[in-house]
Amino acid sequence: MIDKNTPVDDLTIGGNIYEAGNSIKFKTGDWRSIAPKYIPENCKQCGLCFPVCPDDAIPVGKDQKRGDFNYDYCKGCGVCAKVCPFKAIVME
Amino acid sequence: MSIRERLSGNEAAATAMKQINPDVVAAFPITPSTEIPQYFSTFVSNGQVDTEFVAVESEHSAMSACIGAESAGARAMTATSANGLSLMWEMIYIASSLRLPIVMSLVNRAVSGPLNIHNDHSDAMGVRDSGWIMLFSENNQEAYDNLLMAHRIAEHKDVLLPLMVCQDGFITSHSIENIELLEDDKVKGFVGKYSPEHYLLNNKEPIAVGPLDLQSYLFEHKFQQAEAMRNAKKVILEVSQEFEKLTGRKYSFFEEYKMEDAELVVVCMNSTVGTTKAVVDDLRNNGVKAGLLKVRVFRPFPTLEIANALSNAKAIAVLDKADSLNASGGALFEDVVSGMYVNNKNVPTVNYVYGIGGRDTTTKDIQSVYTDLKEIAETKNIGNPYRYLGVRLVNNERRI
Amino acid sequence: MAYNLKEIVADKPSRFKSGHRMCAGCGAPIVARMVLRALKNEDHAVIANATGCMEVSTFIYPYTAWSDSYIHTAFECAAATLSGAEAAYQSMKRQGKLPKDVTTKFIAFGGDGGTYDIGLQSLSGAMERGHDMVYVCYDNGAYMNTGIQRSSATPHFADTTTTPAGSVVPGKMQPRKDLTEIMVGHHIPYVAQTVPINNFKDLYEKSEKAIYTEGPAFLNVLAPCPRGWGYPTDDLLQMNKLAVETCYWPLYEVIDGKYKINYKPAKKLPVEEFLKPQRRFKHMFKSGNEWMIEAFQKETDSRWEALLKLEEITNRY
Repeated sequence: MIDKNTPVDDLTIGGNIYEAGNSIKFKTGDWRSIAPKYIPENCKQCGLCFPVCPDDAIPVGKDQKRGDFNYDYCKGCGVCAKVCPFKAIVME
Repeated sequence: MSIRERLSGNEAAATAMKQINPDVVAAFPITPSTEIPQYFSTFVSNGQVDTEFVAVESEHSAMSACIGAESAGARAMTATSANGLSLMWEMIYIASSLRLPIVMSLVNRAVSGPLNIHNDHSDAMGVRDSGWIMLFSENNQEAYDNLLMAHRIAEHKDVLLPLMVCQDGFITSHSIENIELLEDDKVKGFVGKYSPEHYLLNNKEPIAVGPLDLQSYLFEHKFQQAEAMRNAKKVILEVSQEFEKLTGRKYSFFEEYKMEDAELVVVCMNSTVGTTKAVVDDLRNNGVKAGLLKVRVFRPFPTLEIANALSNAKAIAVLDKADSLNASGGALFEDVVSGMYVNNKNVPTVNYVYGIGGRDTTTKDIQSVYTDLKEIAETKNIGNPYRYLGVRLVNNERRI
Repeated sequence: MAYNLKEIVADKPSRFKSGHRMCAGCGAPIVARMVLRALKNEDHAVIANATGCMEVSTFIYPYTAWSDSYIHTAFECAAATLSGAEAAYQSMKRQGKLPKDVTTKFIAFGGDGGTYDIGLQSLSGAMERGHDMVYVCYDNGAYMNTGIQRSSATPHFADTTTTPAGSVVPGKMQPRKDLTEIMVGHHIPYVAQTVPINNFKDLYEKSEKAIYTEGPAFLNVLAPCPRGWGYPTDDLLQMNKLAVETCYWPLYEVIDGKYKINYKPAKKLPVEEFLKPQRRFKHMFKSGNEWMIEAFQKETDSRWEALLKLEEITNRY
């Protein structure tokens, strides 16, 4: 794992990264000042919120159903709550 | 058996590229290097190479495409001159920082302005700190040979840096000379296959190239580049020795011409070397202990080796075919004298800026330099260290 | 196959990962993620990115949000860089240096700065040369990365940090350049203008066509910037919708020269609806500045009318 204490010989050359998609190790959830709350009982699994999350913080399973938010990444923008027609997401 | 031919410098470069058979060539025409992509396109059109030729809309895109191709896992080459290199400048730094062993044929020409299409070294000197290995070529044979050695040096795992082979615009690029070519299969064997460890087109290991590299990392990445440039010295010598075994043609960091007991020494690069050799021969015939040090490897700069080679001289003139416009000396001069100083070699040394914009430099001009050196050696007085050769001055004394 | 959003999201894992550092509510990540979802799961992609918001917040050493191969070189040359990678692919594939059974697609992303302005030459060159690649412009209408300076994509009258709405000069005094039309002028196989709205069908289908049409393709995608436009972050999809409903940002595609408008609002909304929620147009609503809104409406109408005519003309034969 590379961090700011890694000695020069252990850093990849040119700043290349050979572990694609490793940003998932960088949590952005602490950016949030307001959080979406998922209310499953109101959710009709319509899917409108699936693609609108800039941070991919709405997990969707193979069963095509969403689960609760991934707060490791959710930045609290509120776009999902705004598109939900069924009040299944509230910001608080 | 090698093949005897008569080729211009541009033909020699294009022939080397044909034999190397790179995966991608991206280039944009500019005098005096235009012929290189022209010849090469003919090879492509006639199926003599496997290369994908990308006829880009600018030199900036030429270098960008080379970077894309080389990152993708391909061998990429280009050719340019002067303003073409200036337009590439941003990407030149990016190519070396991404540690991509791209090879370029640089046909040296004066950088604008005002506009001039003839030879000097201002284009090359503008990128001397960009992290590219820079080889200079006295004649067509060397332009060819240097290109054949280029990939072996650039792609070495301890190096991984781009490399440019310089030759003088028109003077060698458009002059037809005798040349010895290697057979295609020998070139193929010598250059070898390119197998990068990590590359974009490897679907089994997707990679990311070219990050935002902030305060915690950029210094280390630059240090790695600097280290690679230091490593290049050893690799250049190894590859040159292997090349000598194959061809009998000897290359090193520099060539020492009649240097054993030389007292008056000129240091220069590219085609001026030929002119200077003629002058040295002439002076030697007249009992003058004249010598010449021809710099082939300008980056990495062989500081210690040059300092040692020059240490027994009584007076040295370093010829710069580009003015650094710094109210001080030219680039080669500064490198030589700082190397001498650091290695504790104290020899009176002067700088001549010469040949700007294709101004002819004749044997008579070079003779005048040796005459000046003789006076400096005798009087131990260097006078004005920052001199010009061939510019129309009323008085060539103190002009600083 | 009929578009099924839930199926796509469930069956095609995101190729643009969490942990990137674009602003909360940014309009660009949802574009990039959906474009990449249009790739077949089994296909590999090489992505090039122009310098800009997206690049500096998705690949900060040592973290990358891209799960495909990715390259960033500089601001103005994403297209040229990618064209080199594509040329490498063609060459190496032909020479048998790459596995036969692996397909690699080439996709570039650039903001309007890197596309409409500084990167226009590189883009034009790459498209004209016919590389098999897609260039996606995420257009947020100004140089947002450096702090909201005007670009040639900035709408008429917008207040930016280099066209501040002052007492003498009321914002950007030039209308927006129409890059989509410039790309149509390249006579490439596929050009489209889109934006994520509703269930993202338009964006997805156009991405799929762009990626799997042989040869060069160009997508111009509106990507609102809450900070640069001055609206609450949660209004992202609303912004997109208003841009379409006012015909400020028509959804259309040009396939082999034939125009197809993908959505014609039954009742076109007045441009005020789009302008009003945005701080960058606030000065247009001051009394005495009605002429600005009128001018904006006129421009929008004439461009829309022209588009309708182009559709008609190009489908005549």
